[in-house]
Amino acid sequence: MNSTPFSTPEDSSSQGLINRLKRQPSSPRTLFNSVMTIIVFVCAAIAIVPLVAVLWYVLEKGGSRLSLDLFTQLPPPPNTVGGGFGNAFIGTLMTVGIGSAIAIPCGILAAIFLSEFAAGTRLASWIGFLTNVLSGVPSIVVGVFAYSLVVLTTGSFSAIAGGFALAVLMLPIIVRTATESLALVPQEARQAAVGLGATRFQTVARVVLPAALPPILTGVMLAVARASGETAPLIFTALFNNFWPKGVSEPIATLSVLVFNFATTPYKNQQELAAAGSLILVLMVTIASIGSRLIVKRK
Amino acid sequence: MVVSPNQNNEPMQRHRSSLSRNLDAAFVWLTGGFASLIAFLLIAIAIRVGVDASPAIAKFGLGFLFESRWDPVKDIYSAFPQIYGTIVSSFLALLLAVPVGIGVAIFLSEDFIPEKIQRPVIFLVELLAAIPSVVYGLWGIFVLIPVLRDMGKGVHQSLGWLPFFSTSPSGPGMYVAGIILAIMILPIITAISRDALVAVPIELRQAAYGLGATRWETIFKIILPAAFSGVIGGIMLALGRAMGETMAVTMVIGNANKASISLFDQGSTVSSLLANQFAEASGLQVSSLMYAAIVLFVLTLVVNILAQVVVQRVNRI
Repeated sequence: MNSTPFSTPEDSSSQGLINRLKRQPSSPRTLFNSVMTIIVFVCAAIAIVPLVAVLWYVLEKGGSRLSLDLFTQLPPPPNTVGGGFGNAFIGTLMTVGIGSAIAIPCGILAAIFLSEFAAGTRLASWIGFLTNVLSGVPSIVVGVFAYSLVVLTTGSFSAIAGGFALAVLMLPIIVRTATESLALVPQEARQAAVGLGATRFQTVARVVLPAALPPILTGVMLAVARASGETAPLIFTALFNNFWPKGVSEPIATLSVLVFNFATTPYKNQQELAAAGSLILVLMVTIASIGSRLIVKRK
Repeated sequence: MVVSPNQNNEPMQRHRSSLSRNLDAAFVWLTGGFASLIAFLLIAIAIRVGVDASPAIAKFGLGFLFESRWDPVKDIYSAFPQIYGTIVSSFLALLLAVPVGIGVAIFLSEDFIPEKIQRPVIFLVELLAAIPSVVYGLWGIFVLIPVLRDMGKGVHQSLGWLPFFSTSPSGPGMYVAGIILAIMILPIITAISRDALVAVPIELRQAAYGLGATRWETIFKIILPAAFSGVIGGIMLALGRAMGETMAVTMVIGNANKASISLFDQGSTVSSLLANQFAEASGLQVSSLMYAAIVLFVLTLVVNILAQVVVQRVNRI
């Protein structure tokens, strides 16, 4: 007999050895393995269901109400035909515009300090820590802060107060993404610039910042997308307005607050408008997410 | 005679003018100023809101946290039901979202599906996080509440002897808020847990497979323990988000000023109280709302700082 010590008389070939090393589908260990695999597939399905349900609802309800009138007309009174949310759409652009005008320069300058002039210092890591903490402050608390600082000081609800609240929410996102983007620029680029005699300002403005621009833009787009859907900090800073915006120092309608107000009314035509507004908000967010992805990919 | 190229030129200027140097230093200081703005903002939020809340803090003291009276007519305020609602709704959300979120994170960090399908799924989960809260609220009112009300009635009939299900669901309520919050924090748990799972060194996995462990023995005994603190950090960040979430909760929780043990009952949270009352409030009511905002600020601050500490410790390893 010329068999290995592991083999039995039935399977004396090496094929038999391999067969016995295979897992039995009915053994507890393999069974547990299969059951857990099924469970995580179910988890993934559970996670996708609400997304599909929300998108489907918004597309179906909002899509049926979609027309150009939405952007050219004012919100309708209850139980009437027609109307739109032109003023709220412009209001969203204005408040997000004000927020961006404050947060983008501040955020990028702060990021330049953290990544170029203070990299690796204890100060930079503390500010990085505080940036994360600031991004965790609930948006409604930021709204309360903007109310206290701007509305109480100026004496009226306004687009500026809303824009300020949005700026506070956008700032940590921009600082964090811009700092990471700047840190990705190779050290050699900075050394070459300094070697040519560039000042620190010239190095940053002519070499580092242009090189890091695409990922910085991604962060800015994410911040703008988040801000355009924010509602909580606007309901008592920008408030609402049924008419076209006349300036930045009076109450102004925004798309997100319109969705909130109209979703909670009992009137069918206003509820439909809320769904159409949601569709526009979701479209803005989706376009920003896909757009930011494309910028990074092209790089 | 060899002429050096520079001989006929002006002598090279070796130093920058003091103006140029000062401008450059000013630029550094300018960026430093904006960086410290972030720290300043956090302190400013605490001080501004704290000062505006001080009349209410002086009048109601700590009793504000433990009594259940919100009476604008008599100007007496306390926010126990809202604090209770904030904590209950966010822990209910964690209870639902943590198992699913970790499951999805494992699903997306292992090689269950080819990478070509994996990437779009990761993108979809990220999109779930980007959808505005108010849109979830709208969907909650018109889709989720009708569906859950019927399911909730069945649960109440069969399990009504449990205190958590002791009232009949009337539509909006604590359970809807918990479920909608669970949907909203799921992507946070998934994204951060996945980062932690992917960061586990491949050698650990190879060693476990080499010893004959199955895939799930490797996950449970090697990978999850190694990624444990990252997963905990993600869960805590999600908790912070759930406690501060406003719009979706305000639209589905019912906004009743009571703390009920039954999840089918209506309730309210600190953020829904602020969203509902702030625009029309005046006098001591504004101050009391500011007091409630401070409570929420401190709650989320503690949770977020703990989460940051945990996550940063993971990054250092």
